Amino acid sequence: MDALSATTVELDLAAVPLRTVNALLQGREVEGQETLPVDTPVTLTNPRGAHAVAVGMDTPRQVTVAGHVGYYAAGMNQRADVVIEGNAGVGVAENMMSGSVLVKGNASQSAGATAHGGLLVVEGDAAARCGISMKGVDIVVGGSIGHMSAFMAQAGRLVVRGDAGEALGDSIYEARIYVRGSVASLGADCVAKEMRPEHLEELATLLKAAGFEDDDPASYTRYGSARTLYHFHVDNAAAY
Amino acid sequence: MHDDLTLARRGLRPSATFDPATIADIQRAAATGIYDIRGGGAKRALPHFDDLLFLGASMSRYPLEGYRERCGTEVTLGARNATYPLELAIPVTIAGMSFGALSGRAKEALGRGASEAGTSTTTGDGGMTPEERGQSKHLVYQYLPSRYGMNPDDLRKADAIEIVLGQGAKPGGGGMLLGQKISERVAGMRTLPQGIDQRSASRHPDWTGPDDLTIKIAELREITGWEKPIYVKVGASRPYYDVKLAVHAGADVVVVDGMQGGTAATQDVFIENVGIPTLAAIPQAVQALQELGVHRKADGVQLIVSGGIRTGADVAKALALGADAVAIGTAALVALGDNDPRWDAEYQAIGSAAGYYDDYQDGRDPAGISTQDDELAARFDPVEGGRRLANYLRVLTMEAQTIARACGKAHVTHLEPEDLVALTVEAAAMARVPVAGTDWVPGRPGPSF
Repeated sequence: MDALSATTVELDLAAVPLRTVNALLQGREVEGQETLPVDTPVTLTNPRGAHAVAVGMDTPRQVTVAGHVGYYAAGMNQRADVVIEGNAGVGVAENMMSGSVLVKGNASQSAGATAHGGLLVVEGDAAARCGISMKGVDIVVGGSIGHMSAFMAQAGRLVVRGDAGEALGDSIYEARIYVRGSVASLGADCVAKEMRPEHLEELATLLKAAGFEDDDPASYTRYGSARTLYHFHVDNAAAY
Repeated sequence: MHDDLTLARRGLRPSATFDPATIADIQRAAATGIYDIRGGGAKRALPHFDDLLFLGASMSRYPLEGYRERCGTEVTLGARNATYPLELAIPVTIAGMSFGALSGRAKEALGRGASEAGTSTTTGDGGMTPEERGQSKHLVYQYLPSRYGMNPDDLRKADAIEIVLGQGAKPGGGGMLLGQKISERVAGMRTLPQGIDQRSASRHPDWTGPDDLTIKIAELREITGWEKPIYVKVGASRPYYDVKLAVHAGADVVVVDGMQGGTAATQDVFIENVGIPTLAAIPQAVQALQELGVHRKADGVQLIVSGGIRTGADVAKALALGADAVAIGTAALVALGDNDPRWDAEYQAIGSAAGYYDDYQDGRDPAGISTQDDELAARFDPVEGGRRLANYLRVLTMEAQTIARACGKAHVTHLEPEDLVALTVEAAAMARVPVAGTDWVPGRPGPSF
């Protein structure tokens, strides 16, 4: 463990085992290692695409990952603020409960999958199934997203500054989707909806929180559930 | 209703193909335009444990003295990687059943009964309830495709984590909990609007195969500090390959749920026509573990088998075929009081009968077990239900011990395929034991002794 400054600690993933790094970030004691104070920002160097980096944190800790990460980075995050200075693999911020995750590069598929809360920002593009089964998280994607995004999305907001792939919002419940660009196709039970004042205000707040305050919310289209699949019915049989 | 004898005297007989139940199904489908959704497990006759017999000791084998000589029942699950493996007093566990499908009181009773008997219970689709955690000495937390209610706090509260990839009643299928059971509390736990149908995905949203499962298991271990055993549950269809892949992915325990396994609500056609019988699944799963060198080893991978376990004989037969423990679901509900004759009039009033009720999706269970209706649920006493379940678990265990002693075994897991014969060719082929009175194991060349 090296001190970058009086207020920053560096952990080198090339030298310290991932299991040790995660234990320290989670506030657990590790033999031979100093416990990390919660209020000390941490930088993880040499991630080199490792999986499960900075998962399971439950403190308002600031963590910067200096490079690319593999699967499930910042998985199940609670309260921590994580910045990934690179690309993220599958399932970044999966099942996040609160806090924030910022991906400076692009994200692979299933970004923010099943996440219940917090804010996930992907400055670049996100691949297929972005926000799949999301349950309350806010996701803002600077670029475009792939197919089947927000599939079975239950709650939360997904903002896309670029385009969306096919079957957007398939079988969506009560999540709201805002897309500025084109949508290749909408999934079952997903429809375009009116942008009322409260939606413009909500979108403006989300864009500002993600660092895209210059966007005009009126240039976005809102999508959500038509609620025709909410009750099992013969007319919906093809959708089951 | 027609009397069978009267019909026969008139020269009428039912078709074996278009029997009365099939005709009724066609008529129902034609009238409604939708398939039948129900709970419970497969009803069709399948090769099962009843088709096997134990070879009790006589001259060539030496039995243990019943009720005097010790026959152990304890089992350790998950010592391969976990800091804290599960130490259970008996090899019978409670399978995952959701709060949502079951009432909160029923879940509490499962925890009470399991704890009293020294074994584990399991959450289900929908998350962990405080009463369930509070009453369960050993609680396995299911990590399901829907991820309803999934949160890291509950992961850390659990004693083991079970990644569910499939269910015996519906391998490859998702769930459908109809809106009438989505109460305010269930809806809140699942982040869904109250009263709407809840569709569960058939696969996990953020991984696409065995290689991803390896990484997912590693993530869950990292989140929980490598303390808890990780189970992987599969619905029995290709158990040889699924078990091998689960072990390669890092599972500490593999759960194989046979076709007779129950469900809260699924298409009848799925329940009756997808998957393979429990009996057929065990030898394949055991073969996979043996080939990987992890079967019945202290640091190996344990096998839990479920799907239609009813008696201590079933338990003993599953263990003899190579399981380390079994899990019960439907039988546990019956032990709690599901389908109890005292509610028969009410079962009949909703179109069923005591002993036949499987419309768990309707949420109108007179026994107060598979419901979210407060008035119905209040009928069920979780303390009494827990006591009944504990009794049943003890009986299962004692029955298995009795059989094991008769076979000369000082521990129930010392039972082995050599202790079994089959009554039918089908069962012999599936269980890979000889047909009774012969040395013939179908599909195996040469004499077996």
